[in-house]
Amino acid sequence: MNLMRFKGLPILKQLHIEEQLLRTSSENWCIINDGTNDPTIVMGVSGKPAELLEIESVLRDQVPVIRRFTGGGTVIVDPGTIFVTFICNKEAVPDLQPYPRPIMSWSSSLYSKVFQGIGDFHLRENDYVFGNHKFGGNAQSITKTKWIHHTSFLWDFDVRNMAYLKLPKRAPAYRSARGHLDFICRLKDYMSRSTFIDKTVEAARTQFLLRSFELGTIENCSETEFRPSTRFLTNEELEAAAVAGQ
Amino acid sequence: MALRMWASSTANALKISCASKPYLSLSRCFSTVLDGLKYAESHEWVKHEGSVATIGITDHAQDHLGEVVFVELPEPGGSVSKGKGFGAVESVKATSDINSPISGEIVEVNSKLSEAPGMINSSPYEEGWMIKVKPSSPSELESLMGSKEYTKFCEEEDASH
Repeated sequence: MNLMRFKGLPILKQLHIEEQLLRTSSENWCIINDGTNDPTIVMGVSGKPAELLEIESVLRDQVPVIRRFTGGGTVIVDPGTIFVTFICNKEAVPDLQPYPRPIMSWSSSLYSKVFQGIGDFHLRENDYVFGNHKFGGNAQSITKTKWIHHTSFLWDFDVRNMAYLKLPKRAPAYRSARGHLDFICRLKDYMSRSTFIDKTVEAARTQFLLRSFELGTIENCSETEFRPSTRFLTNEELEAAAVAGQ
Repeated sequence: MALRMWASSTANALKISCASKPYLSLSRCFSTVLDGLKYAESHEWVKHEGSVATIGITDHAQDHLGEVVFVELPEPGGSVSKGKGFGAVESVKATSDINSPISGEIVEVNSKLSEAPGMINSSPYEEGWMIKVKPSSPSELESLMGSKEYTKFCEEEDASH
């Protein structure tokens, strides 16, 4: 498995790299991005802006909005978010069926090693939680031959940013209609950034032979003109969504 | 069909996980497989009637995917190629590619799925159909699995994981 580590890589760039690797690479990958640069809203493939965002505030404050290629919900990411992604061939994990729940179960078993003995960690209805407070959100995409599982970990977050997100209509039952600040918690209260990243790499090493990979190598070797579907939504699209209630 | 669906639910509810590999399921495949259809290894079905072939995903697929909340389908007039993706479904925070078992021209798309994607779960072989295609190479159908072969394929796939 190739390991790529970034710090402060813009989230759109990260998602473009991931989408390209999922669609065009035959190798296995682990990508870790220790924080992104600017606060950015990232919606899942089917996200409807009017349902998920306070569009007026988003437009007023010019917060960028991305629609990504994987499923799942909406997050607002910033320098306090740590991203960990696994992109695997279907044979990479022995005996793993390439469907959402088995993949999620596999990833939670990997992170159980990272958080062993810390804070009552478990996977709860597709979220990573300490107790009943979410600190990690997951999303996946499954193709004929590969799958990707990526997670955004709330090492820290700015309370003010949560105000851009509405309470989603589709929410896990354990959320029990709690507002953002009662629902989520900070990983920094349990572990330092470097410890978390080191332990994640160590956990990945128990299953894969990791080799470090530089981004430039991918860009130089790219022979395909791949066009990612992940993109920013324009102001016009957000305004139209607000009017149409979508 | 009702008994098989109940059995599928029960099997899911009673799934026993292996302690050392919690992501393994030891349940058997109780999903519905219909006679008269052809099946791909990527769990899509084809119903060939006259000059049109209808395509969707199987009961096995919808059961393993979970509740479908969104479906992405192409426009009529486009084309599909055997083994290549033509759309995707979203379930349990995952998008999953749907691959066409045959090549041809798309003549109709099930537009009801945009408002009611759950039909793929509740009626994968009927109301949950996805696209209708005019096959460009009818011989491609011969390389697909029949119902008995597909049933065995599902059982072996579930047993090996």
